[in-house]
Amino acid sequence: MSELIPALSADELAAIDAEIAHAPYRDAVAVDALKIVQRHRGWVSDESLKAIARHLTMSADELEGVATFYNLIYRHPVGEKVILLCNSVSCWIKGCETLRARCREGLGIDYGQTTADKRYTLLPVTCLGACDKAPVLMLGDVLLENVNPAGLMATLGASGEEGT
Amino acid sequence: MNALDRALTHPLTRNVTPERRPFDLAAYEAGGGYGGLHTAIGKLTPAECLQIVKDSNLRGRGGAGFPTGLKWSFVPMEDGGPGHKYLICNADEMEPGTFKDRLLLECDPHQLIEGMILAAYTIGADVAYVFIRAEYLLAERLLREAIRDCYGKGYLGRNILGSGYNLDMHVHSSAGRYICGEETALISSLEGKRANPRAKPPFPQVSGLWGRPTIVNNVETLCNVPHIIERGAQWFNDLGLTEDAGTKMYGVSGRVKNPGCWELPIGTPIREILEGCAGGMEDGYAFRGLLPGGGSTDFLVAEHLDLAMDYGTIGKAGSRMGTGTMIVLDDRTCPVAFVQNLVAFFARESCGFCTPCREGLPWSAQLLAELEAGRGQAGDLDTLAMHVDFIGTPGNTHCALAPGAMEPLASGLKYFREDFQRHIDGRACPYCEREAAA
Repeated sequence: MSELIPALSADELAAIDAEIAHAPYRDAVAVDALKIVQRHRGWVSDESLKAIARHLTMSADELEGVATFYNLIYRHPVGEKVILLCNSVSCWIKGCETLRARCREGLGIDYGQTTADKRYTLLPVTCLGACDKAPVLMLGDVLLENVNPAGLMATLGASGEEGT
Repeated sequence: MNALDRALTHPLTRNVTPERRPFDLAAYEAGGGYGGLHTAIGKLTPAECLQIVKDSNLRGRGGAGFPTGLKWSFVPMEDGGPGHKYLICNADEMEPGTFKDRLLLECDPHQLIEGMILAAYTIGADVAYVFIRAEYLLAERLLREAIRDCYGKGYLGRNILGSGYNLDMHVHSSAGRYICGEETALISSLEGKRANPRAKPPFPQVSGLWGRPTIVNNVETLCNVPHIIERGAQWFNDLGLTEDAGTKMYGVSGRVKNPGCWELPIGTPIREILEGCAGGMEDGYAFRGLLPGGGSTDFLVAEHLDLAMDYGTIGKAGSRMGTGTMIVLDDRTCPVAFVQNLVAFFARESCGFCTPCREGLPWSAQLLAELEAGRGQAGDLDTLAMHVDFIGTPGNTHCALAPGAMEPLASGLKYFREDFQRHIDGRACPYCEREAAA
């Protein structure tokens, strides 16, 4: 049975073990381990989840409970870049719904959806802590401030070309 | 203002210059940094440090405002055997409208680390964590670099400054969810579990992370500690304009001319922050109200603008100072939709553990969405008021999330009731109609 679960890579194991080294129990690093594997693979598949659970000596069901609790652990494949659109109150006042509409029109995606070309996934996110520069969003690892709806598609397009 | 004057009046932001990289260890020390560390470690006992922090009247800057020294005093200091004690910095800033800790983290990471070392020394913790939200990637990287440099310099690790005191420090990058900012939920999360809050008692000070004594403090709270230790409790008390002590990171967002975050003496009047620092309302917009300290605080309105922004004064006005970062409601933004945005946020972020929060918040959010869509019915406002009573009463829910969610709703119904009623009577949102006509 266990041989059906693919092994984690040496890099993933080393990063997870570095966290385990200063934790009192192996399963204490569940969130860290999920993030490490997601960083390498883009998301956490059922197979990855089982492999992590085995390495942490916890049940896959328990780890699934942890994984699905946290909105930034992706249990479905996501696009190359995740757009985290802040829709908390200060960004809402400053027009985040217009940005969402631009994503619908320009990319054809709403919250939770990925473009057909797998480049972008759109998700709402809790207040990003940059309310003086609202509206804001994160494109991958980059925070974009004072986002202008008219220029949003150009910004996304430019960023996509850089990445290819 | 010269550097010393600035350090004396604006201790938290004396090194904060967002346009450049933050000070590294050498530059931070050249500006007087780690002065608190050298003042305390090996020279003052933990009990003496605790007394200074108690006398300073520092209160928690994360929102609840609990006296920091008192919180620390609950940690057992007798030799508790071989187990660890923990200090955790709560850098999970997610309260809607709050953007102060990001500034402190990104602009002066060594200030936080110095505060954490001193706090850990005071409570006898041998392990410290920074629990930082996943999206604060720059802050996380800066903290990791700063911690590495502190190990190199002997400010972390074994036998700090030859005192025999040992402290390890780790950074934990989280994976989302607002509820992680609740201190017992944060502890659950740091243990690798779902971030469900825990019943209190036992309080974390006695039984926290892995069942050991644990203190959780906010970023801004900890950043105050080096200055208090170095300059003394009296200096800190003298900084405040009212009964509270120190400075406060105040912020304003919404339709104001100059949204931003400023360090000011605690107790600065709201009007001075709103009009003096934030420049007043944007042209074409008029003031209607504000949430003084994040999304889970009650509205204040024009009659409150001359009140001092401190814990007691804002509390007496029926709200909370919370995080001290205000969200302004203008006259072209619909109060019903504003409140709906907030209640929907808290409904989404509920951990789902207790029924009133899991079921009551989505029900409230849905009612508000129906009102906003022009499908409100007679009796809806009574139903909302019932939710406020039921969910908002402390003790009916497992933690403070749901009562917090009810604060903007309860006060919105009080101050903007006419707007709510017009949505029902006119079977439409009057603000949407006006925008459409414009």
